[in-house]
Amino acid sequence: MNTISKTLALMLLVLAMPAAAAASDDPLDSSQWRYMLRQYFPDAKVVFDDRVQVVAPDYAEDSLATPVQVRAEGLEDVERVLVLADHSPINPVLDYYPVRAAPAIGFHFKVQQATPIRAAMRTADGTWHVGGVWVDAEGGGCTAPSVGSASPLWESRLGEVEGRLWARGDRSQRLKFRVVHPMDTGLAAGIPAFFIRSVTVSDADGRTLARLEPDEPVAENPVFALDLKHAGAVTVEGRDNNGNVFSARIPAPAS
Amino acid sequence: MIRGALSGCLLLAGLLVMPGAMAASRYYDIEPVEVAADTYVVFGAQENFNDANHGAIANTGFIVTDEGVVVIDTGPSRLYGQALREAIGRITEQPVVQVYISHAHPDHFLGNNAFDDVSIAALPGTIDAVRAVGSDLAGNLYNLVGAAMRGTSAVVPDQAVESGTTATFGDHRLRLLAAAGHTAADLMILDTTTGVLFAGDIAFHDRAPTTPNADIDAWRAVLAQTRAREFAVLVPGHGPSTPDDAPLSQTGDYLAWLVDRFTQDANDGMSAAEVMFQPLPERWARLAVQPGEYRRSVSHLYPAIEQSALPERTE
Repeated sequence: MNTISKTLALMLLVLAMPAAAAASDDPLDSSQWRYMLRQYFPDAKVVFDDRVQVVAPDYAEDSLATPVQVRAEGLEDVERVLVLADHSPINPVLDYYPVRAAPAIGFHFKVQQATPIRAAMRTADGTWHVGGVWVDAEGGGCTAPSVGSASPLWESRLGEVEGRLWARGDRSQRLKFRVVHPMDTGLAAGIPAFFIRSVTVSDADGRTLARLEPDEPVAENPVFALDLKHAGAVTVEGRDNNGNVFSARIPAPAS
Repeated sequence: MIRGALSGCLLLAGLLVMPGAMAASRYYDIEPVEVAADTYVVFGAQENFNDANHGAIANTGFIVTDEGVVVIDTGPSRLYGQALREAIGRITEQPVVQVYISHAHPDHFLGNNAFDDVSIAALPGTIDAVRAVGSDLAGNLYNLVGAAMRGTSAVVPDQAVESGTTATFGDHRLRLLAAAGHTAADLMILDTTTGVLFAGDIAFHDRAPTTPNADIDAWRAVLAQTRAREFAVLVPGHGPSTPDDAPLSQTGDYLAWLVDRFTQDANDGMSAAEVMFQPLPERWARLAVQPGEYRRSVSHLYPAIEQSALPERTE
């Protein structure tokens, strides 16, 4: 091959790799994004997509519990939602599978330093659609001990669930639940990682409506808000990384 | 070029020799406004902390008496405190004899370094809070406003104020009123000679109230009690002074709205981030530092209200 055809071949190769192109096109201009792409989306097609919205304050008033709401308007067939923080000692924040639910989740997370917080939504065709915002912070959220770890009270209440459903139009419900758990990251000296590993929401027939896998950065005593495509009572069941299990039945909303 | 560099060095040397006089006036433009006889207020910027206002966002005040000057709050930094003291010196030859600190927030007490030769009084709860978190607050403010903070440390007030007591300086009789709500300890000072009420951050005016340490019920109760008091001029912790109780009613109305809003949103199942990014009604959107202060309040207040809207443990 002569030089010109080599160059042409290289150009074609570049055009055929949208993921690689995405690294330099990062709308959040994060130095970590190239690494994040390699680490979390190897060989996958990744596109930045304005329909994927991450709503979070531009400054973390509480670095131990910064609220975030992830949602997608007009993006169909979302099978998985991966929430990531570029500049965090632990990048994955939460993994969400909205089986019979909208690709939307609200919760709080710990912020160690200024970082992009991103949601990557994988659609049925295998493409990851990415949106996000920067959150600035004084920091220290991930390396601080939980409040619970300093109090004897949490142990007797570990795994308690408080939950409620709200009707949201035809056969849709907002589910919100809170679980008592210290969610220790393992990064505070002398306190091992201790966090909720998985939660499954199912209907009365045992069919899975939604599944989520929190990571260490999810805030202590987490509150999750989900939008289920389902009417009626649900069951919330979960497990932490030490094998403790919890479950609760959330009654249908009073109409 | 060489001459320029040389004079630069001389200027630097001058700064090193006289950190007070030159550096303070470079950062802070202190213009006391006479709000009543013998009574002056230095109004802070109606802004968040930033490196243009150098942290000077709260009001400070002083009363000139025949027995010395009484200072109410010292501002955000050593250099601010020095500039305030120089401004007082341009108005009177009386020495500063007493400092009162309204509460333990960094924009109100971190100028104490400039008054450490004077008795600094505060409520016991304020003294405890400055001792516990003063250094952290100073460190945070360094990060937010930068160089103007140099030489600033958290000087703990050395004199505890007893509530309901009266302190007399010359003709001025000052009633020291302990309150709580904005923080765990909020000192208000009513000069019964002039009728000026220094309300501290119990009252905000045309600026959204801050809530990081607030007990909203206690705060609203204090506001109601204070509206029933006789006064001629009200000096809020932030915003313009008034001859009426407008800052008290505005602060009370805002806090009531905030709690009602959060309660309704929690009962509708909204997540905290959804609550944060709702549009504000016109009356509250036009306050200074919005919507930022409202969003901070979501972080401070919504978690407890959200939890109370979830049923007790479900089986």
